[in-house]
Amino acid sequence: MSYKIRLLKDRLSANIFLELSLFSILTVVLIGYGLYYKSSPILQQDTLWHLLSSTEWKPFKNEFGFFSYIIGSLAVTGIAIIIALPLSLLCAIYIAEYAPHRIRQILVPLIDLLSGIPPVVYGVWGVLTIVPYIGDHIAPHFVDYSSGYCALAGGIVLAVMVFPLIVSILLEVFDTVPKELKEASLSLGATEWETTRKVVLKKSVPGIIAATVLGISRAIGETLAVLMVCGNLPMIPHSLFDSVYPLPALIANNYGDMMSIPMYESALMLSALILFVIIFIFNAISRLILYRIENRS
Amino acid sequence: MTFESPHIRVKDLNVHIGGNHILKNINIDIPDKKLTSFIGPSGCGKTTLLKTFNRLLDRNKDVQIDGQVLVDGENIYGKDIEVTSMRQKMGLLSQRPFPLPMSIYDNIAYGPRLHGTTKKKELDVLVEHYLTATGLWDEVKDRLNGSAARLSIGQQQRLCLARGLAVEPEIILGDEPTSALDPISTQKIEELFLQLKDKYTLVLVTHILRQARRLSDYIAFLYMGEIIEFGPTEDILLRPKEKLTQEYVKGYIS
Ligand SMILES: Nc1ncnc2c1ncn2[C@@H]1O[C@H](COP(=O)(O)OP(=O)(O)O)[C@@H](O)[C@H]1O
Ligand SMILES: [Mg+2]
Repeated sequence: MSYKIRLLKDRLSANIFLELSLFSILTVVLIGYGLYYKSSPILQQDTLWHLLSSTEWKPFKNEFGFFSYIIGSLAVTGIAIIIALPLSLLCAIYIAEYAPHRIRQILVPLIDLLSGIPPVVYGVWGVLTIVPYIGDHIAPHFVDYSSGYCALAGGIVLAVMVFPLIVSILLEVFDTVPKELKEASLSLGATEWETTRKVVLKKSVPGIIAATVLGISRAIGETLAVLMVCGNLPMIPHSLFDSVYPLPALIANNYGDMMSIPMYESALMLSALILFVIIFIFNAISRLILYRIENRS
Repeated sequence: MTFESPHIRVKDLNVHIGGNHILKNINIDIPDKKLTSFIGPSGCGKTTLLKTFNRLLDRNKDVQIDGQVLVDGENIYGKDIEVTSMRQKMGLLSQRPFPLPMSIYDNIAYGPRLHGTTKKKELDVLVEHYLTATGLWDEVKDRLNGSAARLSIGQQQRLCLARGLAVEPEIILGDEPTSALDPISTQKIEELFLQLKDKYTLVLVTHILRQARRLSDYIAFLYMGEIIEFGPTEDILLRPKEKLTQEYVKGYIS
């Protein structure tokens, strides 16, 4: 009797896990379909290419060009990765290859903690420190005027936000490099740094790419913190100190307002769909690379 | 058993890892240009002892090493020792081959490049020389720029040996270097070891008694972190004095 119950439980739980995973896959598919469905009106009105490449954003005149927003998103994301990647690499190399065990045990949870801080806190921090610092001390050296609410501020705040993510992936990647491989290099008379550079980093190139791509997809979707420091003006930035208006901020700022304009909701849904597709593809690529790394012998 | 001028002399070596006493009062002389084998049951400390010779052991956490290891009379745990140049003197073959993540050519050229040989012509000569010395040249000469990972395991191990020889070591440490190999590859590695005895001091960890017998001049029997007996091959395998050694070579303990 009790055996049968155990068997039943076993079967049930196996099924529950299957159903739960199917459910989560289904959710992704449904979101994708929902976004497509909602954005189809505007796709019937204009070609996708026109929507993506036009800078005209005049909802009242029924013109929806996403180009400035896309550039805004790419700009802050690009700046964020350019800042975050070298720092994350150095930090991860230090922790994985040099730090004494005790220091590693302190640093790793601290870095994990960073990724748990709510975005709004980073946003406030950006507004209180980064924005005024750029406006008062950095921008004056380069441009006539900048409020400090600009692409650079967004990039810096984002860099700080993706840093812990990239570091923790890099640490996992470096840990998959076999100890014996490092010992082989060391026993040939290489120093620790030569070994790190020529063997560990080389072996980790796919993982570094994966971490970067994952960082990009995290950065490109980040909304609140960026929205608070970017200035949110839909224009093509000419310097780091111009305001930008990334896609997620566009959606967050406007959804729910101005819904009386016929195509407005559809346009916002299209920008959500664009983000969704970009993030989905980037995530898939990096997961695939990481999966490959973990399974190589 | 001691030698007048051993290549490696271990004096009162004690190793603790994470509070466990792994190597206990090790004293041993490794003779110059001979092959010395460490035998003993798995977990007795053979690998650990070998790794104290090129200071790879102290890279691990919670390792405490007391005592001395003298290489050519110099204590490698002394203050002014240059660890990298000391390690360069010792080639290492591990249990499984670990080719570096680069081409066959670059695997061999890796060490010489680090130590200042950068001219393509000189490197070409070195690569051919050491691949020939390990019997690989004919097998790989058409794919020198191919990835080393695509070689068979046996070829990889010979590549690792060639790579080690290319930095002109004086000592070669082998940690069960044939344990992952098929019989034919094993035989090739064994033949190479026999050839290398003229020029190098070899230290071989093995748990295969017949291999120890075929290759070694001297054998040390380790048990639970202690050297129980050390002597010429025949004495240890055929006329062991200690009871534990007798039991081990007869196969009662393993
Ligand atoms: N890095 C380590 N951490 C903890 N224990 C270790 C470590 N390395 C070796 N040991 C322990 O030291 C003992 C000897 O190991 P080892 O030298 O690998 O034995 P052998 O090579 O003779 O099989 C074993 O009991 C092993 O568990
Ligand atoms: Mg071992």
